[in-house]
Amino acid sequence: MSATAQDASINFLNYDKSLKSWLFTKDHKRIGLMYLVAVSIAFLAGGILALLVRLELLGPGETIMGPDQYNQSFTLHAVLMVFAFIIPAVPAVFGNFVLPLQLGAKDVAFPKLNLASFYIYLIGVVIAMSALLVGRIDGGWTFYAPYSERVGDSILYVTTGVFVMGFSSILTGLNFIVTVHKMRAPGLTWNRLPLFVWSIYATAIVQVLATPVIGITMVLLFLERFLSIGIFDPALGGDPVLFQHFFWFYSHPAVYIMILPAFGIVSDLIGTFSRHRVSGYLFVALSSVAIAFLGFLVWGHHMFVSGQSATSSIVFSLLTYLIGIPTGVKVLNWVTTLYKGSISYKTPMLYALMFLFTFSIGGFTGVMVGVLGIDIHLHDTYFVVAHFHYVMMGGSVIAGLGALHYWWPKMTGRMYNERLGKIAATLVFFGFNLTFFPQFIMGSRGMPRRYYDYLPEFQQMHQLSTYGSWVLGVGLFMILGYLLMSLKTGKKAPSNPWGALTLEWTHTTPLPHPHNFTQTPVVVRGPYDYHLVPEMFENAAEDGSVKSVHDVSQPAS
Amino acid sequence: MASHPLDGHPAHLEHHFVSSEQQFDAAKMGMWLFLITEILLFSGMFVLYTVYRSWHPEVFALVSEVLDWRMGGFNTLVLLASSFTVALGIHYAQKNDNRKLIINLVLTLIFALIFLVVKYFEYTGKFAHGIYPGAAFDPHGIVDGLDYAKYNVPYAAQFFSIYFVMTGIHAFHVIVGIGVFIWITLRASRGEFSAAYYTPVELTGLYWHLVDIIWIFLFPLLYLI
Repeated sequence: MSATAQDASINFLNYDKSLKSWLFTKDHKRIGLMYLVAVSIAFLAGGILALLVRLELLGPGETIMGPDQYNQSFTLHAVLMVFAFIIPAVPAVFGNFVLPLQLGAKDVAFPKLNLASFYIYLIGVVIAMSALLVGRIDGGWTFYAPYSERVGDSILYVTTGVFVMGFSSILTGLNFIVTVHKMRAPGLTWNRLPLFVWSIYATAIVQVLATPVIGITMVLLFLERFLSIGIFDPALGGDPVLFQHFFWFYSHPAVYIMILPAFGIVSDLIGTFSRHRVSGYLFVALSSVAIAFLGFLVWGHHMFVSGQSATSSIVFSLLTYLIGIPTGVKVLNWVTTLYKGSISYKTPMLYALMFLFTFSIGGFTGVMVGVLGIDIHLHDTYFVVAHFHYVMMGGSVIAGLGALHYWWPKMTGRMYNERLGKIAATLVFFGFNLTFFPQFIMGSRGMPRRYYDYLPEFQQMHQLSTYGSWVLGVGLFMILGYLLMSLKTGKKAPSNPWGALTLEWTHTTPLPHPHNFTQTPVVVRGPYDYHLVPEMFENAAEDGSVKSVHDVSQPAS
Repeated sequence: MASHPLDGHPAHLEHHFVSSEQQFDAAKMGMWLFLITEILLFSGMFVLYTVYRSWHPEVFALVSEVLDWRMGGFNTLVLLASSFTVALGIHYAQKNDNRKLIINLVLTLIFALIFLVVKYFEYTGKFAHGIYPGAAFDPHGIVDGLDYAKYNVPYAAQFFSIYFVMTGIHAFHVIVGIGVFIWITLRASRGEFSAAYYTPVELTGLYWHLVDIIWIFLFPLLYLI
């Protein structure tokens, strides 16, 4: 099919509207949107469960459900959020949609594999959720042996589902690494890559290197259940701490699968909305890789009280502190990028600024629980729950919401309602902090995590937390509402509403079919070189349209 | 500006690649990354082996006698030979010699099947004496004056769990390899490969070498030391 004479009204969304053309598409943009729908459903389901769990904790004793249902609810909440939502969310949705565009590529390196990994993900989710039909799922998302081997067969559906979803994660990561290496447009050198690309690249390394280990762990768990191979179960001569080592060897790096893409998003957002070159570009880029690397060496900090040797606890504790360095490099560089920038407070930027607060709290408390003495006190309390929600929700989800608003015009060709966007962002910010900050306080006072019941002195904090979850819920449902509405009634998006400089924005909106780039772009400058192109933004404020970066006269150099 | 190869566009070149070289490089890199994930999958099991061996070295030394090093050694030679034939196959694909490519692919397939047949006899020989993984472990019977019951010591079951899991998952990879070789041989018989395009042969070869190398580690660790 010739790509030379394209009809401008034909784009990747409308060239063929049949369901079949979506289900069998190999277009990275459509696959990205299908992932968006799938992970949103998972987020919705997991979120409703979270609201129910919070509602149950409104008062001591039984409020809306019994202890057994409560255990199942938080287990299901965690499994959905970790494996079905947050691990695939940013890499698979925005990685798929944006990465090839930012590289000036027509597609990812392996489009068929890309579609396959979407279906593998779906199959994994279906297997995991079919556990609900079989029986109760209990024991949290960590599946610690030997409890997980004795609690019943239904947990095996979940672990099998996790095993299958792992393949999806590996294939996506593999695809992205090859795409970044082999599909860059001419002139797009490594130090001209948008920071989002760098972070997706670092994420993909973790996905490829860590996920096989959870795969074999799940296989061993499965075999132990059916053949009693006696590897993890002490009653059979196995070692349960070994399971924890295996599990956290994946699951700690997996935390970086969740947060690294968020770093990339925030870098792009802060650069774009402060019209300022991201300071310390190379440091921000390489700190992602450093975090990915160090992330493999700290899994033992989940096991300070599990009976590993004191020496290894000390080593793991020290290595955990090291993670704070590249992370601090990032946060400080984001703040310096804002300095003397021309900041515009559009909704995506609000999320980026929110991220600086909430993620920093999550990060600092992470270093705190990495301290051996403090961890003995805080282990398995609400403090840990608050810490990882500040990182996962305050980090990944808030950055993900920023990304969703930022790329929404490019994905759908429509603008969302900016006023509603800002109101919802405010609700999310206050709701989030009201939900999780009290958990730091009650955790430090000894409220254990996962407990169904609590002492009366914790009730005030639990109530605050539950009220916060309602505010947060309203904010999130509002976002769902106005984004869906914008598909019908939203203004048609100009090709570059934010005046960004990365390649996806210098392209038409909505993107054409069948190929992203009718002409392979030639990259002549860095992704945030705003100082080189002041004329691009002269009329950006009024009608939202800006000249393409290719129309701008080249700076003399 | 990259030229668009609309004229003389080779059939194997997918639309989103600029050139055959780019496509080949991408595919090869993807395969290497996949092999890395395979190595990590197996390294989980190697860690398991190392941990249990360091905890119970005397048990491992005693019960590894049960494994027949002659059968394992024969299988090592079979796999090495198959690695050689698959490498020859790639060589002939590069030389445009389709007939010799097919011969070598078929030879590789035969070697892979021999490996599985030997493995079958090894496994059934163990099962006959109650040597199962884990809780079902119950060694009994006397062969050539050797009483299997003496292997019924604590943690012997763990050794055989590890043995069956590792060799079982390895054998699963051999079976997958056989499936892929059948597919590649069929494609070769349709004349799809040439010096200009032999990516699938090369990638299957890489996979097969990995299966071979993993066995090279499994054999001494389980049978010899």
